[in-house]
Amino acid sequence: MSAFRHSLLGRLLADPMALFAMVIIAALVIMALLADVIAPHDPGAMNLADRFAPPSATYWMGTDNLGRDTFSRLLQGGRIALYVALTAVTISGLIGLVLGMLAGFGPRWLDNALLFFFDALRAYPTIILALALAALMPRGLSTVIIVVVITSFAEYGRVVRTQTLSLKNSEFILAERAMGASFGRIVFHHILPNVLGPFFILAAMNLPVVITIEAGMSFLGIGVPPGTPSWGATLKDGFDYIRNTPWILLSGGLPLILATLGFTFLGEALRDQLDPRLRKTR
Amino acid sequence: MSDALKVADLSVHYATREGALQALRDVSITVPEGQIVGVVGESGCGKSTLINALLQLLPENATIPAGRITLQGEDVTRANARRLRQMRGQEISVVFQDPMTALNPVLSIGRQMRDIQYRQPGRRAEKDRRSAEMLARVGIPDPVGKLAAYPHELSGGMRQRVAIAMAALMRPRVLIADEPTTALDATLEVQIIELLKDLQKEIGCAILFISHHLGVIAELCDRVVVMYAGVAVEEGPVADVFLRPGHPYTIKLIECDPGRLKEKVADLPAIPGSLPDLTDPPPGCIFQGRCDRATEICATPPPRRVQHPGHWAACHHAKPEGT
Amino acid sequence: MTAPLLTLRDVVVEFPAVRGLKALTTAPEKRNVRALDGVSLDVASGETLAIVGESGSGKTTLARAINGLVPLAGGTVHFDGMALHEGPDWHAVRRRMAMMFQDPVGSLSPRKTVRDLILEPFAIHGIALKNRRGKALDLLADAGLGPDFLHRYPHQLSGGQARRVGVARALALTPALVLADEPTAGLDVSVQGEILNLMNRIKSGHGLTTLIITHNLNILRHIADRIAVMYLGRIVEVGPVERLLTAPAHPYTRALMAANPEPDPTARRERIVLKGETPALNARPPGCEFHPRCPVARADCAARVPQLEPSETGGRVACHYPLSRESLHA
Ligand SMILES: Nc1ncnc2c1ncn2[C@@H]1O[C@H](COP(=O)(O)OP(=O)(O)OP(=O)(O)O)[C@@H](O)[C@H]1O
Ligand SMILES: Nc1ncnc2c1ncn2[C@@H]1O[C@H](COP(=O)(O)OP(=O)(O)O)[C@@H](O)[C@H]1O
Ligand code: SF4
Ligand code: SF4
Ligand SMILES: [Mg+2]
Ligand SMILES: [Mg+2]
Repeated sequence: MSAFRHSLLGRLLADPMALFAMVIIAALVIMALLADVIAPHDPGAMNLADRFAPPSATYWMGTDNLGRDTFSRLLQGGRIALYVALTAVTISGLIGLVLGMLAGFGPRWLDNALLFFFDALRAYPTIILALALAALMPRGLSTVIIVVVITSFAEYGRVVRTQTLSLKNSEFILAERAMGASFGRIVFHHILPNVLGPFFILAAMNLPVVITIEAGMSFLGIGVPPGTPSWGATLKDGFDYIRNTPWILLSGGLPLILATLGFTFLGEALRDQLDPRLRKTR
Repeated sequence: MSDALKVADLSVHYATREGALQALRDVSITVPEGQIVGVVGESGCGKSTLINALLQLLPENATIPAGRITLQGEDVTRANARRLRQMRGQEISVVFQDPMTALNPVLSIGRQMRDIQYRQPGRRAEKDRRSAEMLARVGIPDPVGKLAAYPHELSGGMRQRVAIAMAALMRPRVLIADEPTTALDATLEVQIIELLKDLQKEIGCAILFISHHLGVIAELCDRVVVMYAGVAVEEGPVADVFLRPGHPYTIKLIECDPGRLKEKVADLPAIPGSLPDLTDPPPGCIFQGRCDRATEICATPPPRRVQHPGHWAACHHAKPEGT
Repeated sequence: MTAPLLTLRDVVVEFPAVRGLKALTTAPEKRNVRALDGVSLDVASGETLAIVGESGSGKTTLARAINGLVPLAGGTVHFDGMALHEGPDWHAVRRRMAMMFQDPVGSLSPRKTVRDLILEPFAIHGIALKNRRGKALDLLADAGLGPDFLHRYPHQLSGGQARRVGVARALALTPALVLADEPTAGLDVSVQGEILNLMNRIKSGHGLTTLIITHNLNILRHIADRIAVMYLGRIVEVGPVERLLTAPAHPYTRALMAANPEPDPTARRERIVLKGETPALNARPPGCEFHPRCPVARADCAARVPQLEPSETGGRVACHYPLSRESLHA
């Protein structure tokens, strides 16, 4: 019992902000996973008689221009959003982590080369890069993921590099070396835990950003194929038919807001709990 | 004469798994304008906690259940975040115990010294000149060249001197120094003491000087406060306290100084026993577990017995001068 | 006399003085500064040698060079039959040679608990422990810390408590040699006494050899057998402790010893105030490097480099006009 209370999960559960965040995220994930079961309607089924219906007992969030149930479409869209966001953030985070540590630890020339590379990538406007890549690749989720990875790993790389660099020369790392610690032990036991705090924060804050990018790309028509129920596509419909009904736009924005709140709060709570100096009690 | 810094009945607790750790209990310290006050005490007695409380930089798990801290008449504990930042930059500056944490490892010394002068007028070159001048005053060789160096390229003593130079550059009203000479050799220590004295005359600042080097305190300070386990146990003019200590802890502390032993000994003197558990301190006198004069009455809070005008000791058995 | 455990000959350590593109336009001999410039030392088994000297004179660098944390630019180091200048198996060397760092809190990994920190040497060297908690408690108790410290993090320790963790950890594997960089810095006199007594106890128990770097002249007499005095990356005087304290032969040693602040507020001491500043490593004075600040320098001091030679007062000194016992009291 006491061991659990002091474990990371135990401490997170004790933190009201983290608890709130985890409840939201869990709800989003469960709804996405069980979309088929929960969905009151077939997300693709058109019902032309009920176009632009306001929220009601049958259509909880109303219907769109083709009379499809918005709630069911958002549930299905959650799958895509979470899948894209988690995959893209994991891949770009891992690339950034490895490259950042390499830059921080490697010889000066490698550091300079990687830094130049990071800066060049970050200087390139995401949306232009996205459009260019989308023109070269077939429309689909993998394209979205690749675009996100290419435009965001440099940011992780930079943060990890700065962190690594300032740790590398610190006296406790020297002390580890003086005791005969291997390179791997220093990296995995002593550098990594100190890098992970800021890294998680960044990743958690990036998750909603990635969801928005996916939505944006679908909105621009270069993301998922038309007709696929994604959050972005719903938002786009909302804008297109704002004169007919405000409900599509309002309901379409809700999951995005929830995801942003949930992941940002979780990121901050994780950082606080991972760093013993920031914990409220030891 | 007004008081630059006044701490009244300050208590600080840290939340821990074992309960509240009472790092400071009812500590009062006054630093008059233009004076140098020293604080001595065993490590872990709460000296750094005191400083962090003064600056309102206590860690997250700390609380201040009681007490007031006034800086030039203004209550620091009530100041808002903006005012605090302003104070920390202009009115009060600190030399931290651990110079590596005070310096940013990825910025050059020159950049950091320039940054802290952001409020002062002048161009970049002018600021760099001031920085180099101050580095020279703390005895750093090749000061201009050192502006380009990074903290890890300096020796421990050099880092400590850079930290002192940075604090002095801000020309504060109150300077707080947390064991600023521990990494310095004797010749430099003397030089830094002289520098602090000069500085104090030049800009008229008050200095709160924390150290457990009794010799340094004796040379530099006007008054001294002796702390033990979060409690101030004795206070008075330096010469008075060191020559005629009233509290058994102060007496022991002075006896422990190896500088007094002119013959080699196998075992250096130490105070037997250890600090009491601060999450559950004994009732009455905090020193009773290690005191050889302790009697039954020591389980009640000891009064402050005046030893001399301006010199008191908190002990039931401390005898006033001449009795 | 037994064979020395540690032998240094003409050890040189260089650091880059200019960086980046500027290095290309700088003459090759000016690209580096010498933090250690020809240090030779013998440390006998079981002996305690104290290294004293001005801040920045290369004491820490010397300890790090012995431990292989900074590369040698020249010279040889032999330790316990191993030639450390020939790229030895550092993992094995460092098991026999422990190091204590100058910064007590900064040298502890910030996200580990005291328990993990103290057992780190066992983990590094793959030594299985039957009772990890028990071992950690034993080591802590040896260093005067109670069980309530097991789960603390470095930032929750005061300087003295962190230092004790450092001592416990350095001595955990009972090494042959301990390199202690200012083991008493930041400790009050009582705790300092305990830490030194602790080190003394273990020393006599295991025949531990120690190299102690210290600014604390008050403790020298009680802990060291011999003292080596450094100035600008060189050893200027080395000899038995009593000799150096009472009859220093080098003018710098004498100035150093006289500068020690005394706790007696009435003590009036005659300090030898050194002229000028410590020279920068890239602007070493010619001849005797101490001559611009030396109170007894003569004309030829600026021309000839003094070598370490046996002194009249015992020990060895690098000075053309060493002080004699009489001149001290003159
Ligand atoms: N990594 C480095 N890069 C460049 N110069 C360095 C580096 N490490 C040390 N130095 C320089 O080498 C010289 C000796 O430093 P060292 O740390 O050995 O001094 P020290 O005698 O231990 O001084 P202190 O008593 O102040 O700790 C100093 O001039 C220092 O600036
Ligand atoms: N963040 C913290 N959490 C819990 N205990 C702490 C914390 N910081 C300091 N302490 C404890 O408070 C006491 C006073 O510490 P400190 O003020 O650092 O002492 P000093 O500076 O006099 O050596 C010590 O017992 C120390 O272990
Ligand atoms: S009050 Fe009692 S226990 Fe405390 S210091 Fe005085 S004699 Fe010792
Ligand atoms: S050689 Fe000359 S300058 Fe150098 S220490 Fe001796 S007397 Fe002084
Ligand atoms: Mg402290
Ligand atoms: Mg050093």
